[in-house]
Amino acid sequence: MRLNVTVNGERRQADDVWEGESLLYVLRERLGLPGSKNACEQGECGSCTVYLDDVPVCSCLVAAGQAEGREVRTVEGLADGDALDPVQQSFVDAGAVQCGFCTPGLVVAAHDLLNRVPDPSDEEIREALAGNLCRCTGYEKILDAVRLAADAR
Amino acid sequence: MDFLRPTTLDEALAIKAQRPDAVPIAGGTDVMVELNFDHRRPEALLDLTRIGELAEWSTLDGTVTLGAGVPYTRVIDELGDALPGLAMAARTVGSPQIRNRGTVGGNLGAASPAGDTHPVLLATGARVEVASVRGRRFIAAEDFYTGVKRNALEPDELITAVRLPVATGGEQFAKIGTRNAMVIAVCSFAIVLREGHVGAAIGSAAPTPRRVGEAERFLLGELPWDAPAPLADSLKRRFGELVASAATPIDDVRGSAAYRTHALSVLARRTLTWAWDGYRGSVRECA
Repeated sequence: MRLNVTVNGERRQADDVWEGESLLYVLRERLGLPGSKNACEQGECGSCTVYLDDVPVCSCLVAAGQAEGREVRTVEGLADGDALDPVQQSFVDAGAVQCGFCTPGLVVAAHDLLNRVPDPSDEEIREALAGNLCRCTGYEKILDAVRLAADAR
Repeated sequence: MDFLRPTTLDEALAIKAQRPDAVPIAGGTDVMVELNFDHRRPEALLDLTRIGELAEWSTLDGTVTLGAGVPYTRVIDELGDALPGLAMAARTVGSPQIRNRGTVGGNLGAASPAGDTHPVLLATGARVEVASVRGRRFIAAEDFYTGVKRNALEPDELITAVRLPVATGGEQFAKIGTRNAMVIAVCSFAIVLREGHVGAAIGSAAPTPRRVGEAERFLLGELPWDAPAPLADSLKRRFGELVASAATPIDDVRGSAAYRTHALSVLARRTLTWAWDGYRGSVRECA
């Protein structure tokens, strides 16, 4: 199929898309947006988290055919030009990035949390990030980053 | 593979009648895993996410009709007061990302013995609304689960909604897992207490989710409905034993049969205490 999807505010087209492939595959392999990461392909790790019509989802669990005509916002769409989003800057400042593989998904999940809950409690942060696995950091610096971003906004 | 994208329920039912092999997909949290891992290559996928009427809920005469395509996040945000037991179960599903996509209709379609909402649907006495070009019918939750990942749907039918009574007493759900998120239930339990009704059901502890009839009848007879006082430990313990005796679990990677049986007796005891407190609170409010 020819897939029409708005990605980061831009109307994009991809040809020869198999409707059953994942939105994640479309983003990475067909639209040149490798920010969303591919790890588990079963919704366990959250590293492929993107906004689909403003709702954070695992893009590995969205069929390409389901994304037709929808709006997607990926981690690449959070920064304003060269200016990082406050969540991204806070991950840098707090040292919340080690290998970096989980970072894009965590940044999108944290971005959504702060949009909904500007001043989250630690419990709310933990709950919001429960679907994002990080195998390096032990999460403490990530929690610091989210608190920092909440203060910065 | 064909990808079928109806925008109305009538259109979807017509397609399903012609293509009974088409696999329905809503949130994709089960179906896409099978596709990603090449465990399944259906001849056709039937995308239900563009059918607005499946993503709505309404309340009439004390009954909530919950569209099959309403995601768990909305059940939690919008129906926590009317359907507290279902909302509790919905909170234990996966992660925020999964709850934003997954649906009760999908839980029913997959009919996994470990599905989180099944014990609540059984305990509340929910009815599953299914439709085909031949018409609409209701299947009681207890008749819906027919085997491991099997349900009572005919090949041309789609799950359209679930009907549940608005809570009037106490409802509880509890689940055992290794952490507080992203957990497939080791075992789970739901209990619903309202005047003249005891519903209780187990999950992930038998080939299908199932009601525990003997334990329900015991409670219905023994609970001090007219003068609701705290319950005796002996009564709670006996209830736990009866619940555990209804389980026929297996040993698998998530837990042993013996552990599941023991854990169910503990969940039953605890949730009974909480649900009875809820029921007593509702009686006080009415007085």
